Amino acid sequence: MELVIINTGCANIASVAFAIERLGMKVRVSDQPNEIESADKLFLPGVGAAASAMQSIREKGLDTLLPGLTQPVLGICLGMQLMGRHSEEGNANCLGMIEADTKRMRAEGLRLPHMGWNTVQFPRQSALFEGIDAGTYFYFVHGFAMALGDYTLASCDYGQPFSAAIGKDNFYGVQFHPERSGAAGARLLHNFIHNL
Amino acid sequence: MLARRIIPCLDVKDGKVVKGVQFRNHEIVGDIVPLAQHYAAQGADELVFYDITASSDARVVDKSWVSRIAQVIDIPFCVAGGIKSVDDAAQILAMGADKISINSPALADPSLITKLHDRFGQQCVVVGIDSYFDADSGTYQVKQFTGDEARTKLTDWQTGDWVAEVQRLGAGEIVLNCMNQDGVRQGYDIEQLAKIRARCQVPLIASGGAGEMHHFKDVFEQADVDGALAASVFHKGLIAIPELKAYLRSLNVAIRD
Repeated sequence: MELVIINTGCANIASVAFAIERLGMKVRVSDQPNEIESADKLFLPGVGAAASAMQSIREKGLDTLLPGLTQPVLGICLGMQLMGRHSEEGNANCLGMIEADTKRMRAEGLRLPHMGWNTVQFPRQSALFEGIDAGTYFYFVHGFAMALGDYTLASCDYGQPFSAAIGKDNFYGVQFHPERSGAAGARLLHNFIHNL
Repeated sequence: MLARRIIPCLDVKDGKVVKGVQFRNHEIVGDIVPLAQHYAAQGADELVFYDITASSDARVVDKSWVSRIAQVIDIPFCVAGGIKSVDDAAQILAMGADKISINSPALADPSLITKLHDRFGQQCVVVGIDSYFDADSGTYQVKQFTGDEARTKLTDWQTGDWVAEVQRLGAGEIVLNCMNQDGVRQGYDIEQLAKIRARCQVPLIASGGAGEMHHFKDVFEQADVDGALAASVFHKGLIAIPELKAYLRSLNVAIRD
């Protein structure tokens, strides 16, 4: 199986690669259109600001390629937010695979960014979370989030409910960091690689 | 519900984990990678690796171990020590660290906080603060270069003011090392942490003084910190993380299982 991490020029690519390798799989990091198009499964990681990540994606000419992909793609953290239409963070137009916008979190009386381990709930069943119980903790680090919608596969609550995971057709995204979420995160990556 | 974090801190010197008392007399505790694996398996919520010699020696952390840790660890970790530029931080984050923490270099050049924020995002930028309670003046004062006693110096900053300033500049998290308590295991400085909490809108991590399990309960309940960092109680086996987490859960503190 050809696994490719799309090189967005952001940090955290190494930790995602290591997490996949801990599952006994090989993975390549690439920003080459032919390598991305021929992969079986793709990861779109990202940390940092949406606007600078989108700029990097446009400079690499990937902004038109990525929305047209047909194989499973997993966006992670900022990578998930980039799959939406627009992000309030730096007023960035995103890739638009999913009809959702990313907005600054308004966690009344709570500290931001939302940083640490929080629990998820499942509004509907998804192969991505097979073998993972509702109430399981995942590791979150973010100050912007997507609201709940038809695309929500998992929800989390921090002052307000928001999408912890999304899915539409072949596009999936998780707001948390599966590569840093212990055994539960490893199971989710396993599910993405083997069940979807 | 967001869980309170239990964070073992591994002070690193020349590639080994060390721990001193009140920042002095460092003794070797063990190798980095097996210790990190051990704590992750025990249920630590996050790890901090603090190269305590780096800022003082005017050199950046020896980075090879960052990558070795990232390969084996499946919980978040933060690297501190001698990160003086955006490029230093970029290298460490690229090797797999989740966050970088700056302390003395932020005091030397506060604009570094903003540069790191703009490049990597607020969530990556932790500011460590070494705070010393001066009993004569009754004030909390920020110290710099605490990794090397000969170079340690008092800054012009009072702790509360520096806490406000680093947030204004873009810090995403603050680790408050209460120096009077460090390594003596008499409990966290609840009074100081509660005062700082009132001025801190980003996550606040308590550091210095953990000796018994109830110290963790006290600091979560009374100072409302997001995480509690400790070193010697874990390294010396005085507190086992599974027991600590079970104890806190039994008292209805939100703790990851």
